[in-house]
Amino acid sequence: MPDNIAQLIIPLQLFLPVLFAFGLLLPIPALKRRRVAWGYSAVTSSLSFGMSLFVASQFDWSNPGLQLQAEFVWMPAMGLEFSYGLDGISIWLVLLTTFLMPVVVLGSLIEVDHDMRTFHFWLHILEAALIGTFIATDVMMFYACFEFTLIPLFFLIGLFGHANKLKAAMTFFYYTFTGSVLTMAGVIYVAWRYSQIHDGEWTFNIVKLYSVAEHLSFTEQCWIMGAMLAGFAVKTPMFPFHTWLPLAHTEAPTAGSVDLAGLVLKLGPYGLLRLAIPMAPDAAVAFAPYLGAFACVGIVYAALICWVQSDAKKLVAYSSVSHMGFCIIGLFAFDSENIGASGAMLYMLSHGLATGGLFLCIGMLYDRFETRDLRKLGGLATEMPLFSFFFVLFILASVGLPGLNGFVGEFLTMLGTFNSPDGVLGPAFAIVAATGVVLSAIYLLFLTGKLIWGQEKHPGYSRKYNIIAEHGVDPSHLHGLSRREIATLAPLAVMCVVLGVFPQLVLQSLEGDDGPVATLLGPAKALIEYDEDDDASQEDVIAERPSHQEGLGEGASSVDYGLDAEILELNAEHPLRPATPATSPDGVGSAHSVALTKAGGR
Amino acid sequence: METLLAKLGTLWPEIVLLMGAVSCLATGLNHSPFARRLTPAVAAASMLVAALLVLIIPDDTVHPLGLDGMGWFVKLAVLGVGLLLLALAAGVPDALMQQRRTDAAVTFDAGTSIKGEFYAFFLLSATGAMLTAGATDLVWLFLALELVSLPTYVMIATTRDTAIAQESAIKYFFLGAMSAAVFLYGFALIYGATGFTDFENIRAAVEADGVNPLLIVGVMMSVLGLCFKVAAVPMHVYAADVYQGAATPVTAFLAYVPKVAGFVALMLVLSLVGWPLPTPVLALLAVVAVLTMTLGNLLACVQGNLKRVLAYSSIAQSGYLMLGLIAGPALGADVEAVLTLFGGSRDVSQPIGNGLAAVLFYLPAYGLATIAGFGVLGVLWVDRGENPDPLDDEAQTFDSISGLWHRHPFLAGVLLVSMLSLVGIPPLAGFMGKVLLGSSIVSAPLQTLSYVLLIALVINSAISAAYYLRIIIVAFFGRDAEATHVRPTPLRFAAAAVAAVIAFALGGHLATPVAQSAHEATRHGVVKAPPSELPEPDTAVADAAP
Repeated sequence: MPDNIAQLIIPLQLFLPVLFAFGLLLPIPALKRRRVAWGYSAVTSSLSFGMSLFVASQFDWSNPGLQLQAEFVWMPAMGLEFSYGLDGISIWLVLLTTFLMPVVVLGSLIEVDHDMRTFHFWLHILEAALIGTFIATDVMMFYACFEFTLIPLFFLIGLFGHANKLKAAMTFFYYTFTGSVLTMAGVIYVAWRYSQIHDGEWTFNIVKLYSVAEHLSFTEQCWIMGAMLAGFAVKTPMFPFHTWLPLAHTEAPTAGSVDLAGLVLKLGPYGLLRLAIPMAPDAAVAFAPYLGAFACVGIVYAALICWVQSDAKKLVAYSSVSHMGFCIIGLFAFDSENIGASGAMLYMLSHGLATGGLFLCIGMLYDRFETRDLRKLGGLATEMPLFSFFFVLFILASVGLPGLNGFVGEFLTMLGTFNSPDGVLGPAFAIVAATGVVLSAIYLLFLTGKLIWGQEKHPGYSRKYNIIAEHGVDPSHLHGLSRREIATLAPLAVMCVVLGVFPQLVLQSLEGDDGPVATLLGPAKALIEYDEDDDASQEDVIAERPSHQEGLGEGASSVDYGLDAEILELNAEHPLRPATPATSPDGVGSAHSVALTKAGGR
Repeated sequence: METLLAKLGTLWPEIVLLMGAVSCLATGLNHSPFARRLTPAVAAASMLVAALLVLIIPDDTVHPLGLDGMGWFVKLAVLGVGLLLLALAAGVPDALMQQRRTDAAVTFDAGTSIKGEFYAFFLLSATGAMLTAGATDLVWLFLALELVSLPTYVMIATTRDTAIAQESAIKYFFLGAMSAAVFLYGFALIYGATGFTDFENIRAAVEADGVNPLLIVGVMMSVLGLCFKVAAVPMHVYAADVYQGAATPVTAFLAYVPKVAGFVALMLVLSLVGWPLPTPVLALLAVVAVLTMTLGNLLACVQGNLKRVLAYSSIAQSGYLMLGLIAGPALGADVEAVLTLFGGSRDVSQPIGNGLAAVLFYLPAYGLATIAGFGVLGVLWVDRGENPDPLDDEAQTFDSISGLWHRHPFLAGVLLVSMLSLVGIPPLAGFMGKVLLGSSIVSAPLQTLSYVLLIALVINSAISAAYYLRIIIVAFFGRDAEATHVRPTPLRFAAAAVAAVIAFALGGHLATPVAQSAHEATRHGVVKAPPSELPEPDTAVADAAP
């Protein structure tokens, strides 16, 4: 039974948005008025944020492992539990979700010109589904919420999107649904293997399912990894499975784009870290170079596409593809200090804030001018100075200017990639990714140059904007932004600076020997040999391993300890033991053969 | 004689339904309009009493094939969902006649003109499905299956005054007769192979002499013939035409009751040889399952008529259900016994992994979603003006539900739940059903075939999203269809809404008791030999390692 009140708040965070959403559907005439529905939504979503702040205050930051857990029997017959908990990774994602929701509600007053109730209904449902995914410790609950995010987004895009919204909604749904049903197959397979090992007892508890990994053969793990990637790589999106994203982003309403970029895309890397890597560690290590290669190609390829875009929103959408590539290389870097994966998680948060801000800015332009065409807009710095300030800030955060949030994450993922052990990723990947950084500076500054500086031009304020605009939107007042718009952008801007100056806030809850990242990566890293000098092929792999296990979580060391001790003894007897064939320069083979050695030893 | 009496004692619910059918004839053909109007109530009352009797009478009979509680489960599933079907069929009051065109006023709809025989046939068919579940003999099984089908031929022909309805009734009748011939031939071969028609003796003979080729051919013929009842490839061709031709409430009936009867019969016939199935039967079922789901889904994508889309969807769903039949009661009682011999203990209290339980769970899950879908269609009618149209006033095309959300958000919501459940989106009944089916097939000791079938299931779910989503898109994002109106039929509407609500609940808390009782009903299913591939996980790893 929960002994901490935060344990009771966490499920409320899941259920209250649903309740609030249905509250909007009540037959109350006042709710039909746009501003009432909008205000209602602003209040309820702020309430959610308040709750997650409270949960964060109850969170034990000094020991950011899985905590505040509770399990309620849901369907014992099927091994299903309603179980939740937070660790240093998921609490940040819950905070980000609940933080972005009031922001997008604030930002979407003008754009949504019909059916405000329905819009906020689906927004609340989306929030609930996202929170459910992040707090779940039962894989079925995770999957159910993960899958259910499709429905609200489908409606948000389809009902409130732009010209091509139907195609965008359908492409988005088909693409991601097809991926995630394959993930389901993988999850069922893992659960079945668990039941085989445990005398027919089925469970879907994520932590329990981790224990299956050591019983899985390499082939099985490859299949599981493939199934998981089908869902999570599409969601991330990883090149070449990114094609749904630019369309969905461009056609979605601003709130949809912000949620998509800021939150829904995060489900991909989160799922990979939470499920795929711990459940199929051998395959994760073996796949890492290929995933890294795809990610690097994606980084550069999407960046080049950005360069030639004339639609500002499409440009930012493609930049998401490019930036999420950093998350993938960081996750699969498997460097000894977990720098890459921690950086990837931090980068996810940063990307959510910066790209969310950019989408909001572009949404504000669209509210005014009903165009996002870079050929029709320009030189807004004089007309809208305050807007330009925020826009440039988010651009710089996105480029990765030191002092802003994007920099730390990007730098850490690349550092992790650089330090990645031979045969996993390595300096070559980091160099290609760094090209992406340069390119991103080019295209984002190119966007800024076109939009903010240069000859002032815009097609004039739209009729809709003039009719329903709020008080104080006279362009000469408040430097081009209304108070509401300032209230929308300012929190994001503040967070960008805060995370840029104090990245330790987030990093300290990720890093550390028993930190959540180390725990999740543990099993995979146990398969890799780390060495200080770069001379991997000359070193005795296994003898070197224990001294480099500082970064491993408890799960990993408990798995391997017996074996290591045994081999250490062997090594002591043969001090001049030559290099084992396992240290072939081709890392796939070596990781794999170590894995086999392990299986044999057991 | 005593056995006959004892057997009759377990048949009280069926007897009540038969009595109800006769009463419906009496009230429905009465000259007093009041009595005629009472007919649906009589039918509903008899179904309620029957359901109560099912709940009250303890079912302590020992099933010869180990499916002890299956009869109980299926009877409740038929009666419970049957009540919704009845509400769907009975919802149209007489008053509606005046609102129609004059020539349409003489048309005959199950609801628009109270005709007692419709309800009598309805109850007879439901009785047939219940008798199928209680069958312990091949002859009984055959008669029960025919009792399911024969009334439906009449129901299709008489409830719509269009040529297309007559056509589909004739099609259904001839193809139904042919399929009956096929599975009757199969039953005859089973009799020839074992010398008995009752399950107990057949089972004993099979255990004594093993499975001989004649028996296998008999089972395969029976399976093929029963494929007609469940609308599975290659006996599926009638489905689209018949579903389109029948009046919408009758279509909903066709999509559920005969399918339940068919799957129950398949379960019984397959139990005669036991799981793991003999290779030829396994191969047949696997091919049928994959073809059925793939063809059904692909053909559904290209249909322009909603009832045809739902017909192909129902075909595809049969394909999913076949997976449960292939898996069988994978961790049934016998496995338990065998493992105890080897010193292992296996927890078989969870329904997950039991294919037959998955089938029993999925049937109402599918049925409710389908009924909700057809219910929404049934509530709508299209004003086609003076234009003489073979489709009369039924809402059948995508156009007719276009923009439903803007005018009737509640109906659109019901349609949304129904479609999402059929796709298998969590947390709806269809998702839970697919999890059960998927986990049963993966835990069946079939090695590669398991994985192939699991992947076929998930790929087909993805394909099916295409056309289910198309319905949602049209209903929510389409332009408002001016000609579509809502019938003043609260009962029909309520039936659709209740079906949707239960479909929602079946994915949540209701799932546990339903799945558990489905499991209790089938956990002692016939398992011949210990599945050799199941035991030690470590050896399995060694086998699979490259």
